[in-house]
Amino acid sequence: MELQRVLKEAVGINDEFHFFNLIDTRAKAQGKGRLSEVVISVKDCICVKGLESTAGSAILKGYKPVFDATAVGKVRSEGALIIGKTSQDEFGFGSFNVNVGIGFQVPLNPYDRERACGGSSGGAAGFTAKAPFRHIALAESTGGSIVCPASFCGVIGLCPTYGRVSRYGLMDYANSLDKIGVMAKTMEDIALAMKIISGCDPKDPTSLDAPVPDYAALLKKPITGMKLGIISYGLGKGVDPEVSTAVKNTIKRLEDSGCTLVEIELPLVEKYALPCYYILAMAEASTNLAKYCGMRYGAQENIEGNFNEYFSKVRGNYLGEEAKRRIMLGTFARMAGFRDAYYLKAAKVRAKIIEEYKKAFEKADVLVSPAMPFVAPKFSEIKRLTPMQNYLADILTVGPNLAGLPHISVPVGKNKGGMPIGMMVIGNHLEEGNVMQLASCVVEK
Amino acid sequence: MKVDEALLGQVARVARLALAKEEKERFVPQFKEILGSFQKLSAVDTSRVEPCFHPVALQGGLREDKPGICLSQEEALSNVRDSKDGFIKGPRAV
Repeated sequence: MELQRVLKEAVGINDEFHFFNLIDTRAKAQGKGRLSEVVISVKDCICVKGLESTAGSAILKGYKPVFDATAVGKVRSEGALIIGKTSQDEFGFGSFNVNVGIGFQVPLNPYDRERACGGSSGGAAGFTAKAPFRHIALAESTGGSIVCPASFCGVIGLCPTYGRVSRYGLMDYANSLDKIGVMAKTMEDIALAMKIISGCDPKDPTSLDAPVPDYAALLKKPITGMKLGIISYGLGKGVDPEVSTAVKNTIKRLEDSGCTLVEIELPLVEKYALPCYYILAMAEASTNLAKYCGMRYGAQENIEGNFNEYFSKVRGNYLGEEAKRRIMLGTFARMAGFRDAYYLKAAKVRAKIIEEYKKAFEKADVLVSPAMPFVAPKFSEIKRLTPMQNYLADILTVGPNLAGLPHISVPVGKNKGGMPIGMMVIGNHLEEGNVMQLASCVVEK
Repeated sequence: MKVDEALLGQVARVARLALAKEEKERFVPQFKEILGSFQKLSAVDTSRVEPCFHPVALQGGLREDKPGICLSQEEALSNVRDSKDGFIKGPRAV
């Protein structure tokens, strides 16, 4: 594969669709390995040494990390060509990749430029769909930021178990929820990339010391006898009928291939996962983002006034509206007098939600539902939503993210208008293998 | 609890966030709607539940308290605009 041609094609696509915040026109692969000649894009919140990394925020403009994130280092050492930093909602704060930071461009859906890519890893998904060469994206999910855009852009996106992939070098959105994952066009590339980036890392004390299976070998394993849990509310009211039908048809085909179907009720997840997720994510975000204050790196102004005056001014000037909204709500949820009713309450509900999933996995090997209740919406439709209505879009994805469960979105067809539909497969902790095995069967059909 | 501009002003001070008056005005109805939905959690009985701060059990995580490899001073300062004698310059404390 010729490097100059790849870069030229990426720049051409980017001019039209805005998938990248930065393309490294001096990109070079170093060494050889299992990813030799494979083009890799990296979500902007994951640090790449020497490449401006902003998490899509003006407050980090100009920041060039002096180290690689562990996941980036691992793909680099396998000979990958790191092509650039993909667009995202500022710090991951969004479901449609429209909440980009001040001065950033919104990526356009590869199937219809009047529609969103989904978020927050929108650039990663869009470019994965459009790249005319082999390409794997390193993406990240806090509450659904991998499967949502993968579903909207018709590609495969896998978010692993919390702790499966080191978060070293990942800019936190919400540290107990953030996971680095991958997107690609084929299950083989998903399996390969996950094998490479997974594993314990002394630089991330929350990374898990557990063996990493040979995922590629699992892709061909027959699914006969696998117990498929159908999440009932995932196909209920509020889900676009065309999305429901596509997912139901896929489930039928999986049953024909030898899966056993089990109906799964998740009443706590259905009712409470959304507020629980948003309270915890915002509370954590409000502390995680406290470090961005106009000193040390990123946006810096002439130093005037005292600490509080200077920091408040810089944060007020450079953070976008959704970032401010989440910092405010998260700060509120942790403040004296409100902490027990919001933050601690949500942390307790989270424990109950995880328990509910664990019980479901006593009856089923994997759980399925649509990834998103609808296809990629138009920008004009998104504009009319209140922030709360915006958050409701994540109704199906926040559950597995809160519980730290591995989940994937695989394309299962298109609606009448030609927009892709994604099915989500959720596995128990550390059972990415099951998830990939089933997803591989869906892709082949 | 009354969600109004005064409460938002108080939160913004704690969060070290300068907000314009228009931003506060926009946030008031939005926060009412969002916080209203957050209150749904009060219906869940959590009387005998321990809060969960990590979805999977952490495996230790603390290393021996010995200096390891870290950034050089030059690297640590490479993104700093204002520095003096190898230190990062910041605003005065008060």
